[in-house]
Amino acid sequence: MKVRIKFSKHGAMKFIGHLDIMRYFQKAIRRSDIDIAYSTGFSPHQIMSFAMPLGVGLESDGEYFDVEMNSIVSCEDILTRLNAQMVEGMHILNVRVLPENVGNAMASVAAARYRISFRQGKEPSFPWKEMLADFLGQESIFVIKQTKKSEKELDLRPAIYEMFLESDSIVMLVDASSAGNIKPTLVMEAFYAHASHDQEPLGEFDLEITRMETYANAGTAEAPVFVPLDEI
Amino acid sequence: MRKLALRDEILLKIEKPARYIGNEVNSVMKDPSQVDIRFAMCFPDVYEIGMSHLGIQILYDMFNQFEDTWCERVYSPWTDLDAIMREEKIPLFALESQNPLKDFDFLGITLQYEMCYTNILQVLDLGQIPLYACERGEDDPIVIGGGPCSYNPEPIADFFDLFYIGEGETSYRELLDVYKACEKDHRSRKEFLIEAAKIQGMYVPQLYDVTYKEDGTIASFEPNVENIPRTILKNIVMDVSHTYYPEKPVIPFIKATQDRVMLEIQRGCIRGCRFCQAGQLYRPVRERDVEMLKHCALEMLKNTGHEEISLTSLSSSDYSKLEELVTFLIEECEKKKINISLPSLRIDAFSLDVMTKVQDVRKSSLTFAPEAGTQRLRDVINKGLTEEVILNGARDAFRGGWNRVKLYFMLGLPTETEEDMLGIGQLANEIAATYYETVPKEERKGKVQIVVSTSFFIPKPFTPFQWAPMNTKEDFLNKAFVTKNGIMSQLNQKSIKYNWHEADVSVLEGVLARGDRRVAEVIRKVYEKGCIYDAWGEMFKNDIWLTTFEECGLSVDFYTTRERSLDEIFPWDFIDCGVTKEFLMREWKNAMKESVTPNCRMLCQGCGAKRFGGGVCYEGEN
Repeated sequence: MKVRIKFSKHGAMKFIGHLDIMRYFQKAIRRSDIDIAYSTGFSPHQIMSFAMPLGVGLESDGEYFDVEMNSIVSCEDILTRLNAQMVEGMHILNVRVLPENVGNAMASVAAARYRISFRQGKEPSFPWKEMLADFLGQESIFVIKQTKKSEKELDLRPAIYEMFLESDSIVMLVDASSAGNIKPTLVMEAFYAHASHDQEPLGEFDLEITRMETYANAGTAEAPVFVPLDEI
Repeated sequence: MRKLALRDEILLKIEKPARYIGNEVNSVMKDPSQVDIRFAMCFPDVYEIGMSHLGIQILYDMFNQFEDTWCERVYSPWTDLDAIMREEKIPLFALESQNPLKDFDFLGITLQYEMCYTNILQVLDLGQIPLYACERGEDDPIVIGGGPCSYNPEPIADFFDLFYIGEGETSYRELLDVYKACEKDHRSRKEFLIEAAKIQGMYVPQLYDVTYKEDGTIASFEPNVENIPRTILKNIVMDVSHTYYPEKPVIPFIKATQDRVMLEIQRGCIRGCRFCQAGQLYRPVRERDVEMLKHCALEMLKNTGHEEISLTSLSSSDYSKLEELVTFLIEECEKKKINISLPSLRIDAFSLDVMTKVQDVRKSSLTFAPEAGTQRLRDVINKGLTEEVILNGARDAFRGGWNRVKLYFMLGLPTETEEDMLGIGQLANEIAATYYETVPKEERKGKVQIVVSTSFFIPKPFTPFQWAPMNTKEDFLNKAFVTKNGIMSQLNQKSIKYNWHEADVSVLEGVLARGDRRVAEVIRKVYEKGCIYDAWGEMFKNDIWLTTFEECGLSVDFYTTRERSLDEIFPWDFIDCGVTKEFLMREWKNAMKESVTPNCRMLCQGCGAKRFGGGVCYEGEN
């Protein structure tokens, strides 16, 4: 059976990259002695799939991975055993058995919510709180997206589902599907360019970003209904 | 949450920030107000290398079992962070507490290879600790060196307050108690060091004076205070089955060089190869009890979640309960989907059988280390391996499906002639021919692949070859050329690939290995000129080293190619590693006679290590 595990990543752990987090969980799962399934072959590995890599430097309250289990005592048992193996900054938030028909975590990802705040002394000099509505009021927001092979022009506007002010932070819900994933810094760069009339570029280390949640789409492409990955 | 020593934007700018944040599984946190002693343990190389070292894991575990001590780790910052720390004057810190090194009571530095010496200065310098022991004040940490290179500590003696000679499990408790007593009585740093020098294995360089003869060799080596020993006897654990062993080793977040459980099955080696320093330093051979090893293996796998376990020792095949241990591990690891790796196994029927069970034969290769190309030279170095044994082993392996062979040799061994160099190619060719004879055409999966690697021989202290002249760089390169041509002229040369080692760095390693106190000035100067990470080929700046030797009026040849007389006082002669100089000299003469010496299990040679009262010397006597 397939089990979905939700975890958070904070503090110093934000400096640990995605591949190392996978290795970290492989070892934690071995230590926790839960009955995970292994692939067959000469070097068997745990059957595990992560929803969405989190960039180095980002924190998160909504990370997910799926594992294939041979047997389980209960979700509570897995949660307790895994939490006993976590280091400071890592926490297992939820464990649930997936219904048979649910696709794997990675394929299910449709959107992600981020909270963005400014590092101390790095707040923009333009009136950013007031400019937010103006930025979102645009019909289209063209940016250049760098890919490994080339760069292409892209309209960000349809990929931004929500973007609003929450105390001194900006919260945004953006497309995170494999075809249209948008990085929050890309949105913020466009916001800086628009709001400062290209006078004030976003600095490399100005932002503190937390992924708040990762969502699947329970609706249709035209009328999406975003639900957290553990509520499918 | 702990506050990190480095700002986010620094950590996000540098390569692999995980090297500097601590917080790893099984790392130990303590309340600094609840301990008396803060100990920083350093491996002066990059984190991934340092974290792979078993010795530090053993000592880290031991120190942290002491309730009054908190032991933390520190490694060399990589060059990217090094530049930032210098620029911003950020003091080097320990990983666990993220506190600056200069606030610790002790900084212990493990000395695993000579080419790390400039990195020691980097750690001290970034740690804002004076480089020279004589310049340190009452508040600076006591800087201790240990590990194999402390058996000739002289080239770095000026930088250390203390060297701990020998195995760490035995005398640290006593040292810490002396330290606490001195602190309590408000005694000075110097007074503490004098007290420390009375403990077994402790060498305080400042308390000994060296004088030199006109020819540059040592005239005398004497203590300059009373009541401290003239010779320093190494520390050794005689009961290796009832001592510290880390059941919860620290697990790095990033992939370390050794990303596996390391199970040290024995210490020492019975073989007595005449070039090998470890084979002499760790005498006598002491085996760990097989039940202890089974217990440790299971505990460590449970506590780490590693997916691989590796047996470590100088020569695993000589461990008397190997079959029992391996059978146990195969059974347990099968259940838990854990891989087993068995380095340093002699190729024979047993090891081939085991390897078939634990490895994918198609992907693995056979390793032989004949070290020399002819039987004559193998007799000189006392390497018991014969051509017949190699060819038989290879034949069995080829029948079992292997088709890749790695061969290791040394160039520049004493008495070497062109015949020995050409012998390397001939032996490789014989192995290839054996493959084609053994495996019928229709069963072959492509050509046999033989990889020949040669390193350059570097004479080391406490070996029978400590008297031997080392080759020059030009000799080395010529020999590699002759070897290469020898391989190219073989019938099966298309199946043989040849790699050789850098010659520059070997020459320098030779200087540092047998250097004296005067070399310290060169090390400091090259460090100030920007040399660090000399063990990393792409970072090694040979020109700077060579010109600095000239500046300091020291000759490289004096330390490397010079023929040493039998009555010369060596810089390391004040250390007693158990093996006597008389025995080493006897072995040096046996080498010149091309005479083979039996191993410790066959016949005791009276090397001197029997006086420790245990191990292989007393096997079967109970």
